[in-house]
Amino acid sequence: MPQRRATIGTTTGLHARPASKFTQAVAATGTDVLIGRDGQPAVTASSVLMVMGLALQGGEEVLLSADDPSAEQTLEELVALLGTDLDAS
Amino acid sequence: MSLGGADDPGAPTVLHGLGVGRGVVVAPLAVLRPAHQAPADEPPADDAEAAAQQVVEAFAQVAAALSDQAARATGALAEVLTATAAIAGDAAVAAEAARRVRAGTGPATAVTEAVEGFVAMFTAAGGYLAERVTDLRSVRDRVVARLLGVPEPGLGALSVPSVVAGVDLAPADTAALDLAFVVGLVTEEGGPTGHTAIIAGQLGLPCLVRTPGITAVPDGTVVALDAAAGQVLVDPPADVRARLQQRADAERELARDTAPGATADGHRIDLLANIGTAADADRAAATPVAGSGLFRTEVLFLGRQTAPTLAEQTEVYGSVLRAFGDRKVVVRTLDAGADKPLAFATQADEENPALGVRGYRLVRTLPDLLGTQLAALGAVAAGLDEADRDHLWVMAPMVATPAEARDFATRARAAGITRVGVMVEVPAAALRAREILAEVDFVSLGTNDLAQYTMATDRLRGELADLLDPWQPAVLDLVAATARAGVDLGKPVGVCGESAADPLMALVLTGLGITSLSMSPAAVPAARYAVRRHTLAQCRAIADAALAAGSAPEARAAALALTASEVRTTLTLG
Repeated sequence: MPQRRATIGTTTGLHARPASKFTQAVAATGTDVLIGRDGQPAVTASSVLMVMGLALQGGEEVLLSADDPSAEQTLEELVALLGTDLDAS
Repeated sequence: MSLGGADDPGAPTVLHGLGVGRGVVVAPLAVLRPAHQAPADEPPADDAEAAAQQVVEAFAQVAAALSDQAARATGALAEVLTATAAIAGDAAVAAEAARRVRAGTGPATAVTEAVEGFVAMFTAAGGYLAERVTDLRSVRDRVVARLLGVPEPGLGALSVPSVVAGVDLAPADTAALDLAFVVGLVTEEGGPTGHTAIIAGQLGLPCLVRTPGITAVPDGTVVALDAAAGQVLVDPPADVRARLQQRADAERELARDTAPGATADGHRIDLLANIGTAADADRAAATPVAGSGLFRTEVLFLGRQTAPTLAEQTEVYGSVLRAFGDRKVVVRTLDAGADKPLAFATQADEENPALGVRGYRLVRTLPDLLGTQLAALGAVAAGLDEADRDHLWVMAPMVATPAEARDFATRARAAGITRVGVMVEVPAAALRAREILAEVDFVSLGTNDLAQYTMATDRLRGELADLLDPWQPAVLDLVAATARAGVDLGKPVGVCGESAADPLMALVLTGLGITSLSMSPAAVPAARYAVRRHTLAQCRAIADAALAAGSAPEARAAALALTASEVRTTLTLG
């Protein structure tokens, strides 16, 4: 089961607008992806409500995981996306 | 509701209400519909699987409709709609609602429960997430409406300038209005000093509150809203529309006068703007006012779980001061409690909050709130040039005794404020205005609260509006006593309550010796015009006549009888 660490690049944190951009990107991949902090239960990464509920702050580290063994590339892209400032545009 | 012209089928229906301000506008009506709740005893669906599909579909339809609205909106409204659309389109909430339907819960109840789960999670998280609860509930109301087959709550996106009507407008409702298309407000409930009226005054919109029957008028019907006359004409004939349009044009003409406020013989009276935010300050500073006579800082604190930080407050106060440049700004320290509850400053167990720990009294229980605020204002003062420091005036609300005034003055001066004052809103303070003025540099009368406490009448009870009337002789007596103390001691006494916005009252206040009038910027042109067309001696005669009257209607009539006829006609004072 592929896993990747990501750092939140949106300095203002993953609030509604950036969370919505991220979850839409996850949904577009068609892969079931989970997101969560280390040692805490992970949530569905395509749900904007679940992701907002994590209240992730800028600079925080999170773990992305997928059931699909072929999702390595997808996770890489999502890690890169999370690292950008999603509030910028 | 009274139907005008029962004998004349051609006459329009007339709905009566309490006018806020004097504006007039003719435009189609847009009715804000209330939300429907899930029925308390909703039965399980006959076909649970089909109902679950319908629930998922209803969420998708609401998401699509919101995205569509967002695409046609701009700015902050577009952002709010986009975020709300994302919530409606969220797979997790729809799936949770569908799961509950399959488990035997009624569809509308299942949606309500699923959303409430997220509401609880967001509320527990606090801060920014807690503020998103409104969006969650808005999605719930829209989905439930589709499932129940009733119209969606709220307003559709406005495509033409409209008069917005509702039972009452919650702050969330007004925040969601696309102000580019709102030209007037009418509510069935609410009072003349309530939230809707204050927003309308701030934005210069003609407004009518306590207007029964307005939400029964079909969407899209053209109405003529006449705040001065306190009425709405439904579907008025062409000649009435033309006459009202002429009046609206005359009012725009008044707004072109930019000279400083003064009587015909040159007695100066400062005309100032009431503001609540830095954005208000920018708008007001662009109009010909002598500054702000009331900056309501509590707006910065409303709807939050924790107080704004020292740095945040310093930034906001600084930007308001910069907006007004070399004009004065009277900052009022936090006025929370009673009708302005704050999560972190409201006493849960008060039976009579208007008589409780509110306004300056918070210093007894939460001294740090005032301490931080004064520190922020002191930091702003320290950053100003010596000459500009005198433009920052700071006053405390709800002061009742000279000892409280002295206490506040000591704290404010220690923080570096040079011009310190207090509000006179409690009869005790008006009766002892001389002793209070001995402690501070100025006072400002809050006539809404002064009338509330003098007449023992809740500001929010619209049905008691006649008692709250600022023309009540007892209220006028207290205003006169305060003004006299100011004249004797040579210190400024301002008025920053709603009565300052009444051009007839402006004449009385000028005659009493009040030195400044602060009001919504939209009300300034009429006050400027009225004062300029009378001498100080005439204003004094008008004030004497009002004080000598035996009741509120008689006081107003006595003042009106001495008012120049051109002022009565142009301002339609009756």
